[in-house]
Amino acid sequence: MFTAIRTLFQVFLHGFRRRYTVQYPEQRRYLPPRWRGRIILSRDKKGNERCVACYLCAAACPVGCIALGATQDEHGRRYPEFFRINFSRCIFCGYCEEACPTYAIQLTPDYEMSEYQRPGMVYEKEDLLIDGEGKYKDYDFYQVAAVSIKDKGKGQGLNERPPVDVRGLLP
Amino acid sequence: MLTIYIHNEPYRVKAGINLLEACLSLGFNVPYFCWHPAIKSVGACRQCAVKVFKGPEDTRGTLLMSCVVPVADGMRISIDDPEAVHFRARVIEWLMLNHPHDCPVCDEGGECHLQDMTVMTGHVQRRTRFPKRTHVNQDLGPFVAHEMNRCIQCYRCQRFYCDYAGGRDFGVFGWHDGVYFGRAQSGTLQSEFAGNLVEVCPTGVFTDKSLAQHYTRKWDLTTGPSICVHCGLGCNTIPGARYGQLRRVYSRFNSQVNGYFLCDRGRYGYEFVNSDRRILQPRLRQEDGSLAPVAKAQALAFVGQALQRGKAIGIGSPRASLETNFALRKLVGAEHYFQGESAQKSAISEAILDCLQRGPTPTVSLHEVETCDAVLLLGEDVLNTAPMLGLAIRQASRNQPLEEVARLNVPFWLDLVARLITQDQIGPIFIAATGATRLDGLARQIYRAAPDDLARIGLAIAHLVDPTAPEVSRLPDDAFSFAHPVAEVLKAAKRPLIVSGPSLGSVELIHAAANAAWALTRAGKDARLCYAAESCNSLGAAMLGGGDLTAALELLRSGQADTVLIVENDLRRHMPENDFEELLSLARCVIAVDHLEQATTQRAHCVLPAATFAEAEGTLINNEGRAQRFYKVLPPPAAVQESWRWMGELWVASGRGEASPWPNFDAIVAALASEFAIFKDVPALAPPASFRQVGQKIGRQPHRYSGRTAETADQTVFEPPPPEDADSALAFSMEGTPLEPPSALIPRYWAPGWNSLAALNKFQIEVGGPLHDGDPGQRLIAPKPYPQSPYFKDFVSPFARRPQQFLVVPHHHIYGSEPLSAASAPVASLCPKPYIALNGADAAAAGIAGADQEVVLSLAGASLRLSVILDSTLAASLAAVPAGIAPFEGLDLPAWGTIAAAPAGGQRGGGGS
Repeated sequence: MFTAIRTLFQVFLHGFRRRYTVQYPEQRRYLPPRWRGRIILSRDKKGNERCVACYLCAAACPVGCIALGATQDEHGRRYPEFFRINFSRCIFCGYCEEACPTYAIQLTPDYEMSEYQRPGMVYEKEDLLIDGEGKYKDYDFYQVAAVSIKDKGKGQGLNERPPVDVRGLLP
Repeated sequence: MLTIYIHNEPYRVKAGINLLEACLSLGFNVPYFCWHPAIKSVGACRQCAVKVFKGPEDTRGTLLMSCVVPVADGMRISIDDPEAVHFRARVIEWLMLNHPHDCPVCDEGGECHLQDMTVMTGHVQRRTRFPKRTHVNQDLGPFVAHEMNRCIQCYRCQRFYCDYAGGRDFGVFGWHDGVYFGRAQSGTLQSEFAGNLVEVCPTGVFTDKSLAQHYTRKWDLTTGPSICVHCGLGCNTIPGARYGQLRRVYSRFNSQVNGYFLCDRGRYGYEFVNSDRRILQPRLRQEDGSLAPVAKAQALAFVGQALQRGKAIGIGSPRASLETNFALRKLVGAEHYFQGESAQKSAISEAILDCLQRGPTPTVSLHEVETCDAVLLLGEDVLNTAPMLGLAIRQASRNQPLEEVARLNVPFWLDLVARLITQDQIGPIFIAATGATRLDGLARQIYRAAPDDLARIGLAIAHLVDPTAPEVSRLPDDAFSFAHPVAEVLKAAKRPLIVSGPSLGSVELIHAAANAAWALTRAGKDARLCYAAESCNSLGAAMLGGGDLTAALELLRSGQADTVLIVENDLRRHMPENDFEELLSLARCVIAVDHLEQATTQRAHCVLPAATFAEAEGTLINNEGRAQRFYKVLPPPAAVQESWRWMGELWVASGRGEASPWPNFDAIVAALASEFAIFKDVPALAPPASFRQVGQKIGRQPHRYSGRTAETADQTVFEPPPPEDADSALAFSMEGTPLEPPSALIPRYWAPGWNSLAALNKFQIEVGGPLHDGDPGQRLIAPKPYPQSPYFKDFVSPFARRPQQFLVVPHHHIYGSEPLSAASAPVASLCPKPYIALNGADAAAAGIAGADQEVVLSLAGASLRLSVILDSTLAASLAAVPAGIAPFEGLDLPAWGTIAAAPAGGQRGGGGS
């Protein structure tokens, strides 16, 4: 009998506690930048796609929901011809972001991706690409990769010596 | 066998090998770079250091490079000794000083020996803070991409390209930390084996340029065991596919056939599978004359009616599998089956088969060619017709000089020392040809003459070796001065080899080579006889029998046939234009089954889409009579299926039965074996489709295959099951046996910690030796020592010049003469333009001013306008034209023609006048 009254009292007391319910969607919770939500592909400062189509994200993906195809432009810059993420399979584990050597693929604090049709959950490259750098600023893979691309020849990257003159006689 | 102690455990190893080979063969992981199982040791990279102890009491030991230390009985070594481990990690750290940070854009990534070795040694952090050296790259042509920054100076490329493959346009430049591997100037690599640099380079300096445009990592490739279809040698390959497209071809190890390497035609010819000339739908001739895609049922009904109504003949192909030709033969009946080659080519294939089966001299595998110590090449430019045979002959040329190395007690695998001892010495190689060949640099003596005279040389050598062989009359002095020393050297050699082939279109040459080889065998030598073959299944087609195309045309002319079913064959390449037109006009209905659009499919009434080698399974017989199985690498596109399967469906459509007699691959192989005694061992070449390992099939996809839930998501999100493969024990899936598959079914080489091709070490009995359960494939023909087969006596008279005429001979080109590879974009870019080559003296006598002049060649009733090339090596009164290249396809060469200066204007390279 006493315990029943105590329980009723405690339930009654909860009526005066601070409310945690958020009036979504009018009200939104703060999500930190490292929150693992909708995946995007970023661009570097110059506006070039950061993705170099190395397939590491696809290999790291435990559910195999990333498919891409690599190709290269006439200057030898690699980029994905297509890049597809099947979000109806994605478990938002963030392994792709960890595997990415160029900070191209990033998870964002956005989770509002419901669809009435499952095919709508399949995002292609144009759905994934954003205009900015995302979370990771000032990184340009091609500046440290020592391969030449348009506007950057051999020896013009960071921490590189000028190309060796193989016909030179000086030591 | 010796006993060595590794970590104080005794192991039995073969005598005469080096410590690294011993450790790898025993399954130990010793990192290495500069050593390669085929190119042997040089001791340049210092990576394979192990501790060697003097005895059980010695605790300090000595660090030695295992690749240059021979094994000795009782040797005690340690791989895990802390000092050795530390040394190897530091070597890697030093090699990585300048290695760029570009694995994500490097095509070697994921199958990189440097990555594997770095992980194996435990080096993880670059400690140096100084800037990295860079190099400017070169354009090395359409096959190989160059990225010198990644180089770790192991010298494998130079040792393969120059020392092993005999390339002259590649080398090492610069010095100290600026050593540079490349050409003196940018330009296409001239070697026929340049593509092997991609596999030989332990890192990403040389990568596959054809792959770069549709790059796929090794872990994403669907692979399967296959056979190269671009010449008759039957090199083993591993093609890789992704997203329904063939992406690359790598070599598959077979210690008897191609070993570790492939030629560039075989490696880069694959893109015809992705060609926009592919036929992907059945096509039917409409009333307006066009060929329009139709449903399969409609096409089958049309062909079924045509076969029922008409008197049908079937024309097979030397480039189709045994099963396909056999199914066609069953469908139309043996007397209406033709093997799809001209009378000339067909006679040569049959002569080759006859010589190999009837004579006492065994033929050779490519591996055995490497063990021969004297070679006579009779009329065949092997580097252009069967390139890997040329590579094997180059290795054979080292055998006599290596005797000196053995005499000095230096192990032959100590490659640098061996090459220092042998210097420029080359074993006896003799070349008799119509003009310059790509192997001329190796030749001790060269004889250039017309095909008939080459045949006489072969016969003369036979007589000089064995006086009971028929004698050649009226042999000119220069011929005798070639034949005599050749005969002497061949008689003195331990294992002489005679090489010939079909490229000059002369049966007499085939017989002459056989006579020479048989004479050597009867003289008690361990002689060998080798014929190149033109197509991947030339010998198989000859074994199946059937008439030639002339006989087929006769049958059509006589009215006993009016319907022609052509399978995987372009008749225009096998008959002159007039005959081709006549055949088409005589046939009431022409049905073509093929995978690429070509002259025959364009003129057919109905075209059925056939699967290419990458989408089908089958058996091919190579130039030595070795039967080898190839399997699907990717499922054929929707309406495409194997030609033998089409034959089975036509069987039903033409009312021959209720169901196809060959519902699956094993059924047709069984039918083939039961009908032909020679093919009785074909079913045993590989395990049947019912084969399972621990209850599972063998997965064509690696366990790291990515994107399986997104690959097809753009078409459907319902993730269809992987396609079933009822024809083999391989599956289009990541799921499969965790064990090592039987050697005939190995889809790729991978072992834990070994992602690169070097994982192959784990699949071999010993390093460089056969695969664990033996090399796949089996030779179906054996020599017949008794009763003694008589020598051929079909003597040709000496070549007689004709005034104002030239004997037009075919010169084969590695790129262009073979039709399938010529449809591959990178290969097509290297195909020669049509030309006519003349000897300078002949050209002057004919009133031709010089090179590049336009002339009109009148040949077999056609006038061809061509530009002249002067070739001083060409024998007198000969004119050479590129074989198999328009407008010379289908012409039976050699043939007599006349040459006249072209009138100004007019079309070049055109057809009939």
